[in-house]
Amino acid sequence: MDVVFWVLALAAVMFGFGVFRLNSMAQVTFSLLASFLAVAGLVVLLGLGYLGVVIVLMMVIEMVIMAVFMIMYMMNPAGLMPMAMYHNKPGAMTISVGTFVLLAAGILLVDWPQRTGTPAPDPTFALGRSLMGEQMLTTMTLGITLFATIVATVVLSTGRGRYDRLGGDLDADTSDDPLGGGVGR
Amino acid sequence: MPAPAAALAWWWAPLLPLVLIAVAWSVVVVDAAADARAAGRPGGFTAPARELARLLVGQRRRTVAADPVLGRAGPVVLVVAAVLAAVVIPLGTRPVADLGVGVVWFNAMEVLAWAAVWMAGWGPNSVLSLVGGYRFVAQGLAYELPHMFAIITAAVGAQSLRVGDIVAAQQGLWFVVIMPVAFVVFLVSAAAMAFWAPFDAPVAGDLAGGAAGELSGVDRLLFLGGRWLMLTAAAAMAVPLFLGGGAGPLLPAWAWVLVKTLAVLAVLVWARRRFPTIRMDRWTEISWMVLVPLTIAQALVVSIVVLTRGDL
Repeated sequence: MDVVFWVLALAAVMFGFGVFRLNSMAQVTFSLLASFLAVAGLVVLLGLGYLGVVIVLMMVIEMVIMAVFMIMYMMNPAGLMPMAMYHNKPGAMTISVGTFVLLAAGILLVDWPQRTGTPAPDPTFALGRSLMGEQMLTTMTLGITLFATIVATVVLSTGRGRYDRLGGDLDADTSDDPLGGGVGR
Repeated sequence: MPAPAAALAWWWAPLLPLVLIAVAWSVVVVDAAADARAAGRPGGFTAPARELARLLVGQRRRTVAADPVLGRAGPVVLVVAAVLAAVVIPLGTRPVADLGVGVVWFNAMEVLAWAAVWMAGWGPNSVLSLVGGYRFVAQGLAYELPHMFAIITAAVGAQSLRVGDIVAAQQGLWFVVIMPVAFVVFLVSAAAMAFWAPFDAPVAGDLAGGAAGELSGVDRLLFLGGRWLMLTAAAAMAVPLFLGGGAGPLLPAWAWVLVKTLAVLAVLVWARRRFPTIRMDRWTEISWMVLVPLTIAQALVVSIVVLTRGDL
């Protein structure tokens, strides 16, 4: 258990550091993904199997999509030319190393209280109960906020809305699309 | 509900890849024989073995300004993801690892294929293979949502994320009867996650092989082999989720799992020859406009049935 913890912890830090050391956008993305996967392993070690595995699931999907966008918005689109991920190197180093030292010192120096409660017999079930029970309001607020953000972003960024597709009165028989979709509208 | 089955002995872990390879190999041979028959050649049963030997001794193709780290990691990740996804599948009555969140684990491992195919397409610094990698990400966005709803419907039906519990919940009636939409969507997404025709646009001929185009030697062996293993693992997962696991008369549980897995694989091999490649932009619209509402409706029906039975 201890060995697994140290391997995962070191992997998380090393791959995280790789984000600053590597000079290809693609490698940086997957280094960050590897760091997240190590953290997911640590969450599983805590006995939270569901959360750990969901972190793997979400981070893989998210980082692959991130890679597409990061490379798309880069100054050299292919990303195969060497590049640095950081600007203001001394400042960035000071802040990140300082934060790490501060947090690590906090972990070691704080007088942690003794545990009083006991973990639920099935943490996954307890999590579901909490999300669908007393935390329902939080969950719904979060969900609707995220959904509204997605809709608003799409509305603001789309170049062609329904009036372009179906005419000013939305009464065109067939929509005017550059590419026909699969449903045949 | 019966007590969840325990895991297999630890020494099954190194055997699992071999079992997976053996099942995949039998399908590869049948597929090659079908290829030979379609081309009017006799036999074809030895073609996979010859191709395997050729790839094992083949040289790596070198391209200018390649990214060897990601390019070589991609095929390896594909193989590892398929094997890791298979650890929660009961080989008979018990899986190699009896995880309480087995369904989510399968989903998380199978989604590693996104990263694997994109990395393999990125690695060689070649336009066509990069386009293939991007095509798979677009296809992934299309198939993943209905796929998640399909597998979660099976979990809702059994009220458990443990694959063993899902098998136990089908003792009376297989889930394929209760949730046929989810089963069909799972089969479709199994083909899509293994970029198997009609979803083979990421490695299609119009891209001269796409993501696999620049791969040769061992890299190509791992990539195409990983694709077969992924297809086999996904087909095998359909058995505990929808086809009653090892349930069946006369034969032992492991034999039924094998028979059902091969039957699902036969359907996928047939579908590959039956349907033309579908573009991922067309498939995205079908997937999001038709399959997502259908699978949500299916999950809703199953949820209401579970609630009215008063099990929860």
